[in-house]
Amino acid sequence: MLDTSGRYDHLPDAPGVGYKPQHFTDLMRDPGPVAWLEIHAENYMGDGGRPLAQLRALSEIFAISVHGVGLSIGGEARPDPDHLARLRHLTGWLKPSSFSEHLAWSTHGAEFMNDLLPLPYTGATLTRVAAHIDEVQSALGCRMLLENPSSYLAFAESTWSETDFLKELAKRTGCGLLLDINNVFISATNLGYSPREYIDAFPLDAVGEMHVGGHDEDKDDDGGPLLIDSHAKPVVDPVWALLRHTLAASGPKPVLVEWDNDVPDWPVLRDEARRASDILQPAE
Amino acid sequence: MTVTEAQFREALLDPDAPVPAGLVSATGAPAGARYSVYRNNVTVSLCQALATAFPLVAKLLGPENFAGLSKLYVRQHPPTSQLMMFYGTEFPEFLGGIASLAHLGYLPDCARLDLALRQSYHAADGVALDPAELQMDPALLAGLRLAPAPATRVLRSSWPLFDLWRYNTEAGAPKPRAVAQDVLITRPEFDPVPVLLPAGAAAWLDALARGMTLGEANDAALRDTADFDLSAALSTALQTKSLSTLKKDKTL
Repeated sequence: MLDTSGRYDHLPDAPGVGYKPQHFTDLMRDPGPVAWLEIHAENYMGDGGRPLAQLRALSEIFAISVHGVGLSIGGEARPDPDHLARLRHLTGWLKPSSFSEHLAWSTHGAEFMNDLLPLPYTGATLTRVAAHIDEVQSALGCRMLLENPSSYLAFAESTWSETDFLKELAKRTGCGLLLDINNVFISATNLGYSPREYIDAFPLDAVGEMHVGGHDEDKDDDGGPLLIDSHAKPVVDPVWALLRHTLAASGPKPVLVEWDNDVPDWPVLRDEARRASDILQPAE
Repeated sequence: MTVTEAQFREALLDPDAPVPAGLVSATGAPAGARYSVYRNNVTVSLCQALATAFPLVAKLLGPENFAGLSKLYVRQHPPTSQLMMFYGTEFPEFLGGIASLAHLGYLPDCARLDLALRQSYHAADGVALDPAELQMDPALLAGLRLAPAPATRVLRSSWPLFDLWRYNTEAGAPKPRAVAQDVLITRPEFDPVPVLLPAGAAAWLDALARGMTLGEANDAALRDTADFDLSAALSTALQTKSLSTLKKDKTL
């Protein structure tokens, strides 16, 4: 196998897309402005076959970001050592340009719930999540990025704002942050605050990557707006505007377009990446 | 008012359980429908995983029946691993225990076929046995240990399992006959393929997998099926690339 170590030691400040196997051939032929790909770590933990063969081929051409959805970093229990070992194996051979996970939990006891579940922001959870991040970073031997969640509700017991909580985690552990602009828009709408104020309070210096994606619109019990993080639609204009606002303050960053459900044909996703590219490199 | 993980988890897969107090909206009102988003996400994502994983069962049951059974299964058997690609290992037994499905006795074996196809898809890569490697003194041949390839799976069924698979996946395939069929799953490159096994070949492959020599495996297959035909079994296994190379050096 070719040694690709050091080929991409960080993600380029350019558009990336969440990789879907149905786009493999199109990506190889016509990537458009796409310079990097993000994969869900858990989908590449089989022993062989097409998924790993495709990933090996893609990693020769694109920078790769490994995005975990199963570590349960926000959970009460320590990260599962078996799962950490699988991640270490994957990042060991793939040598990705970035590893990221979520401020959320997904495992309880022996059960894996296959969703990103929320946690209260308190002094106790801060200490616990920081310890989990330390454990992950030392197991993988690299700095990780932690992603802000999409929220549908709040915990009455929370004593920290989400932005302060993330800022403090980055400070204590040295981890970077993955700023999901769509999640900010969803959470702000659902919990009644200003998305721009959230961005303005966010420690942008720690941001190593941004996400944009589509969401669904629903209503809560009182008829108020309830946005659902579905990744099944185009990015809406207010989210593009929020990305523009954020990049104006942060400078260029790697920006990922996520589309995980009802995945469109390649040209549609490529055009979304082009939109991100236009915002990253405004015409003179 | 704290909400523990256990309390949050408790109501996730139980639509009748109350939403934990302490989960609120922006105005401090009880979370209500907001909590249901998580409920819905978990149930829908797990049911989707099953529908993707068990296409033959889904086809046989129809979307409505499959969705109803999936909801029941995900409540009784939530995943115990982060690797969703392997979710549903208890689905065959679960289906076998549903009284209203008793008239579809072949359903558990169809679920095993779906499961085996998926396991094969994600199995390790291997180098297939080249028939030329078997050109040796017949006495040596009998003492040879041949291993099935990592992506090889064998299913023994008392139902027409291969016919059922073919009838439900291939346009114009003949109707299943009333016979017991053993099915070999093999992965020539990246896509697993079910193959109908000749009689006794399943016992022969099983014996090889357990480390028996070709001679011992032949005896075991003959005990299983009196008219076992070694040349037919070997030729099926070689043509479908179901056996691993003898070469010690397996670097790709």
